[in-house]
Amino acid sequence: MQDIRPDKSINIKGLVCPYTFVKSKLAIEEMAVGEVLEILLDYPEATRSIPKSMEDHGHRVLKVEKINDTDWIILVRKERE
Amino acid sequence: MDFTDEQIHRYSRHIILPEVGGKGQKKILNAKVLLVGAGGLGCPVGYYLAAAGVGTIGIVDSDTIELSNLQRQIAHNTERIGMNKAESAKLTFEALNTDVKVIPIKERLNKDNIMDIISQYDIVVDGSDNFPTRYLVNDACVLQGKPLVSGAILRFEGQVTTIIPKEGHCYRCLFEEPPPPGLVPSCQEAGVLGALPGVVGALQAMEVLKLILEQGEPLKNTLLIYNALQTEFRRVKIPRNPDCPVCGDNPTITELQDYEADYCQMRF
Repeated sequence: MQDIRPDKSINIKGLVCPYTFVKSKLAIEEMAVGEVLEILLDYPEATRSIPKSMEDHGHRVLKVEKINDTDWIILVRKERE
Repeated sequence: MDFTDEQIHRYSRHIILPEVGGKGQKKILNAKVLLVGAGGLGCPVGYYLAAAGVGTIGIVDSDTIELSNLQRQIAHNTERIGMNKAESAKLTFEALNTDVKVIPIKERLNKDNIMDIISQYDIVVDGSDNFPTRYLVNDACVLQGKPLVSGAILRFEGQVTTIIPKEGHCYRCLFEEPPPPGLVPSCQEAGVLGALPGVVGALQAMEVLKLILEQGEPLKNTLLIYNALQTEFRRVKIPRNPDCPVCGDNPTITELQDYEADYCQMRF
């Protein structure tokens, strides 16, 4: 898991739901199937809702990790258009 | 084109939908839709299309607002009595959504102007209340291969159908010729409960958005009939008629005719 290199990174710190997911979704739409999106966020609820919504859309959540007191990183691989 | 922060907020509930997303919202923003009439049907259709972000909405209406329109024509208001309906709808829809450009066309459609007008749009919505216009719009859309979302209302009953020329039926497959003048009463004569065009117009707006998004099944080869008093929806199959005079295999109508000869003045 340590080796996953994101193809694209977005910083959505400061955003709340549903805009956390809206921004993440717009980012992944622009990517190719198989590429990995890295999302940096600080809204705790979105650490649960983004992975769930991404899976509902058919993508694969590779990692949800708290990296410091306030921030999380989510890695999602695009699985379909 | 990237979305502005304001657009991301405005369309967030669309973008979240798997069937829409950012790509679908961009299709909506790039779409050009022509409304025939800014009356009972045109008002709700235009309201929802403007809210959805349809980038260009043309509205054909030569009529002015009367007090008796306001019980159902929700884009207009009391202060605007006497104003042209297309102009009034432009004020309402552009105030709702600054992404939308409304083009008022203060003319009556006829065989000489309709082909040029509809050629500038992707989809046509018929919300007219008279048969000459209905047949004129149908024939012009068939001749240009333009999708047409048609709605009609009277008293407590409404109808919606989506015409995709050559793929499905057209209005003449259903009723080959207009009924004789006077046989079918108008809203003016027969009345209409004000929320009815809201229901039918919202269905038409939904059909338009589905066509833009290329999602779901349009009401092709189907007439949807809504009975408000019984709260009943009926779907009636309307196959394409190979002998249809305009969309059939050997059409006899190959150019537009004079549609209004015997009819009273058209009122949306």
